[in-house]
Amino acid sequence: MTRRTDEREKGTAMTVTLDDLVEAGPEPEPPAAPVKAGLLDAKQLWKSLPDALRKLDPRVMWRNPVMFIVEVGAVFTTVLSIAEPSLFAWLITVWLWLTVIFANLAEAVAEGRGKAQAAALRSAKQDTVAHLTDGREVPATDLQLGDVVTVEAGQVIPGDGDVIEGIASVDESAITGESAPVIRESGGDRSAVTGGTKVLSDRIVVKITQKPGESFVDRMIALVEGANRQKTPNEIALNILLSALTIIFLLAVVTLQPLAIFSKAFQAAAPDTAAIDGNGVTGIVLVSLLVCLIPTTIGALLSAIGIAGMDRLVQRNVLAMSGRAVEAAGDVNTLLLDKTGTITLGNRQAAEFVPANGVDRQVLADAAQLSSLADETPEGRSIVVLAKNEYGLREREPGLMPQATFVPFTAQTRMSGVDIDGRQIRKGAAAAVMKWVRANGGDPSDEVGAIVDAISGSGGTPLVVAENDRVLGVIHLKDVVKPGMRERFDEMRRMGIRTVMITGDNPKTAAAIAAEAGVDDFLAEATPEDKLAYIRKEQQGGRLVAMTGDGTNDAPALAQADVGVAMNTGTSAAKEAGNMVDLDSDPTKLIEIVEIGKQLLITRGALTTFSIANDIAKYFAIIPAMFMAVYPGLDTLNVMRLHSPGSAILSAVIFNAIVIVFLIPLALRGVRYRPASASKLLSRNLLIYGLGGVIAPFAGIKLIDLLIQLIPGI
Amino acid sequence: MAGWLFVLTLIAALVAVYKPFGDYMYRVVAGHKHNAAERGVYRLVGVDPAAEQTWGVYARGVLAFSAVSLLFLYGLLRLQDKLWLSLGLPAVTDHIAWNTAVSFVANTNWQAYSGESTMGHLAQMAGLAVQNFVSASVGIAVAVALMRGFAARNGATLGNFWVDLTRITLRILLPVSVLFAIVFMVGGMVQNLSTGADVTTLTGGTQHLTGGPVASQEVIKLLGTNGGGFYNANSAHPFENPSAWTNWLQLFLILLIPFSLPRVFGRMVGQNRQGYAIAAVMAILALGSIALTIAFETHGAGTVPEAAGAAMEGKETRFGVVGSAVYAAVTTLTSTGAVNSFHDSYTALGGMMPMVNMMLGEVAPGGVGSGLYGMLILAIITVFVAGLMVGRTPEYLGKKIQAREIKLASLYFLVTPILVLSGTAAAFATGNAGTALNVGPHGLSEVLYAFTSAANNNGSAFAGITVNTPWWDVALGLAMLLGRFLPMILVLALAGSLARQRPAPETEGTLPTHQPLFVGMVAGVTIVLVALTFLPALALGPLAEGLS
Repeated sequence: MTRRTDEREKGTAMTVTLDDLVEAGPEPEPPAAPVKAGLLDAKQLWKSLPDALRKLDPRVMWRNPVMFIVEVGAVFTTVLSIAEPSLFAWLITVWLWLTVIFANLAEAVAEGRGKAQAAALRSAKQDTVAHLTDGREVPATDLQLGDVVTVEAGQVIPGDGDVIEGIASVDESAITGESAPVIRESGGDRSAVTGGTKVLSDRIVVKITQKPGESFVDRMIALVEGANRQKTPNEIALNILLSALTIIFLLAVVTLQPLAIFSKAFQAAAPDTAAIDGNGVTGIVLVSLLVCLIPTTIGALLSAIGIAGMDRLVQRNVLAMSGRAVEAAGDVNTLLLDKTGTITLGNRQAAEFVPANGVDRQVLADAAQLSSLADETPEGRSIVVLAKNEYGLREREPGLMPQATFVPFTAQTRMSGVDIDGRQIRKGAAAAVMKWVRANGGDPSDEVGAIVDAISGSGGTPLVVAENDRVLGVIHLKDVVKPGMRERFDEMRRMGIRTVMITGDNPKTAAAIAAEAGVDDFLAEATPEDKLAYIRKEQQGGRLVAMTGDGTNDAPALAQADVGVAMNTGTSAAKEAGNMVDLDSDPTKLIEIVEIGKQLLITRGALTTFSIANDIAKYFAIIPAMFMAVYPGLDTLNVMRLHSPGSAILSAVIFNAIVIVFLIPLALRGVRYRPASASKLLSRNLLIYGLGGVIAPFAGIKLIDLLIQLIPGI
Repeated sequence: MAGWLFVLTLIAALVAVYKPFGDYMYRVVAGHKHNAAERGVYRLVGVDPAAEQTWGVYARGVLAFSAVSLLFLYGLLRLQDKLWLSLGLPAVTDHIAWNTAVSFVANTNWQAYSGESTMGHLAQMAGLAVQNFVSASVGIAVAVALMRGFAARNGATLGNFWVDLTRITLRILLPVSVLFAIVFMVGGMVQNLSTGADVTTLTGGTQHLTGGPVASQEVIKLLGTNGGGFYNANSAHPFENPSAWTNWLQLFLILLIPFSLPRVFGRMVGQNRQGYAIAAVMAILALGSIALTIAFETHGAGTVPEAAGAAMEGKETRFGVVGSAVYAAVTTLTSTGAVNSFHDSYTALGGMMPMVNMMLGEVAPGGVGSGLYGMLILAIITVFVAGLMVGRTPEYLGKKIQAREIKLASLYFLVTPILVLSGTAAAFATGNAGTALNVGPHGLSEVLYAFTSAANNNGSAFAGITVNTPWWDVALGLAMLLGRFLPMILVLALAGSLARQRPAPETEGTLPTHQPLFVGMVAGVTIVLVALTFLPALALGPLAEGLS
């Protein structure tokens, strides 16, 4: 929760988290599009311009085959324009160059957003001195795998590692943005520390687990900067399709020339135009036709979409170690969710007082409250709260009752309580309390046993309350499902995703909570091996599985899962095994990660469809313009009634270029995603990007044509 | 009215046989029993019918068998004068023999010769008719292998090519052919081994009438979507297509297997609705094309058609405008290429339709086997784009469409446009287009049509162009050869890649590929891709002519 406040202060993009839903009440709004608009302003474009120009280097452009062809075309028309200058030729040339620059701009803007984050991270990687246990002092950058260092209060931890001795509070805000310090101690699941974070108190001994230059912060910086960005599998596949389309259109344009020469020779009387003469279609117009046909829109934005997708995760404090994992998140069929903290609130809470042996409910509530006054565990607090809310028993301050002696809980007695005015009140595990009653000469009746069994059976935890030699009744503790979870799981189901609850509880308890939360399946008394086996079983059936984990014993399952999100609070083993790390250590974020994965893929698909659909209108602009002089009948195809052949071709080229700029915000933000079934998503996106893609350019080209026909000579 | 009846009864007949005939074909290719004749064939070829083949082995089988067929047919044509039943005809010249051998092995049946004056009975029966059977079987076998790739669960094999080839020939093509050859004979088709007869015509002249085993060859010409006529005039010849009802039956036979194969696909992948969806895409494209062709021919612009009420030039009066227009559409929607009228004489836009049909990749419903696998490739490309729009990496029938799959599908899609466009451009650039009868847009159409027909393995001719020159024979031969076997290799590689995948289960989040929306999308993608590829060329040919 603190992090959210924190983020508001920082003014970074907001997300609708599960916690917001909880606050919104029992009927939460469906989550809105995860990232807000307004990511693009003129200043940002201007700032990215130098980068965009640098990317014109053919060795860089080559990585984007579609735009590389455009660049080659632009060079070609530049040469032609110099050889035979005309206003038309120069305008086309300028707009072709702009097309390339706009594409580079999209990528540069996407990368630019990560750069700021990287700079902040770098500042955490200041020149730290490492104090080795053997007394040497070396710069942090020289630390080797396996070195052991001592870090004292006020010092910065020099590298990633595990605490092997001591306990300390650590400020990890440099990485997580979370200002509250966390405890790190040797042994167990809280032993991992990250280089660049600061020890606030005490002293720890840390064994370094990273190689030089491969620290977590290094990886984070590389990630947010988009350096060495690997194309993801689907991006590669899409690039292949786009390249194939480019080849087809290249061929269609090149082979047109002999046909054009033949046609022009047949109509020898037809006048030469800017588009066609005795040598066939002019080079400028051929290049224009090619550039308009090849899928430049998606070609220009594809890489920006990928970078922005990763960036959306970073904004939610999730680091994806591979782009493959982000895509896999969109495909996930099964979500494994830990019960505690994800599906239910962290702790069990008192739900009901069940009196026994004819005791008045009020008496039981009073005794339960008294016995819990000094109990600072969440369960204890919840008993006091229940007594107050349901029975109007005001909380009594333990300090105001000097005559009371509080008996704390110990693992041996398994109960706690209070001695006051000769009354001995105890509450605790059923067996322990009943044993204590018998020892006091009392007899816990069969009725108590029946109540205890009933509560256990329903998935709850019974706490027996007794006074001296008689049992007063039983407190029903139960897991409370977070509000809004059921709706969320219904939504998942509509998206075709199964949710599976993982819990250490016995099957009965698990079944009860699973039914209440509305998950599709549960895994009770789950050991790490069970989790691994469950994941394997799902994968055998062709399903993709996502899970979260933090402990070392989660590592095998995290590695096996298609999307394994390790909590930042977890061990280094868990973080190594997963393919994502959640800096907030919020297990519910898995759901958001899935949505981000889907949004990334949808954005790609939508813009590809839009790009290809655009070609239809461009044909209606260019084909008649090219050949009208030879075959006047083709003017029938000029359905937009464009001003002249020159203006028609120029309009198509200009539209082709500026549509890239118009779509940069969409590429960065991602198309709007609402959880829905595949058929609904398809019809909606097809309508907007398919049909819209057919219609928009007709309007756009006509509009541009109306403007440029005012230029004399066009 | 008669025209409507003609089309509607054809549709009704195809709908009626879709299930029973599709199911029969499914049982043939999915069965495990071998009859005595088949076991004899396996022993003769030396194959173990139980051996399952990977895609590589399957593809080698296809190529080896086709190569042997090619050599055999070439030899038979070159040695015709030294063998029996040559009717005294000389050996076929080298470039025509090459072109013809490729043409029949590639299921194209482009004919750079005139049947009655070039081929003796032995060449027709043992050479051309045999290839009519087996080249069709090869096409169906490859389609079946692709279906097995979709249906496989984490396997590596696609069945056995020799078993598929043998069964499809002996259990599907042969029985249907025998049955309908008899029906055709009843309808007045010729079937003999005569050397021909000289008759005196009404005006007192003498005409030589060639007889021959026409009915038997005719039936497989249609059933196997081959299209190579016994006579030069093909199905316009009265001995090859005597009446209006044989004309109807010819169309039925052409469409029988291509339109029933989606049923086999549905059965194979265990979801009949997937078969219906593919058949629906084919039907939408086919009906649209047929309707447009009829419209252009009956209401076509031009002085003569307007005076006559319809464009009758180049058409037989016994079939009429509708019977001819539907034939022209169907023969090019499939890879048949038989003709009962002359496409060169159609109105400009009416003549464009057969060309567009072929440019679609002959997928609606296409050649036997080749139509289905072509359509499935288009479905894969559609799935790839549409699948992304539902927020998952694309999958078709549970199989992920990743880089390898899309690479193979894209290459498949590239082959024919490359052959058509570069061939056409080469003809003009080298001056070989000069053999076209016409100049201007109509001449351009004649050249474009020739390469479109060859590369798509259709085999119909626009006519009006002299193609029995060495340049044309070699160029079109290459177009046919590459246009047939490159796609086949790619399809088999794709099948292998799909077979290895474990299918993902279908959920609410899966793109449904059996609903009208998807059917419409595949049809749309097909049209848009073709329009984008060929529109510039069409603009200088039929569009320029038709819009002037």
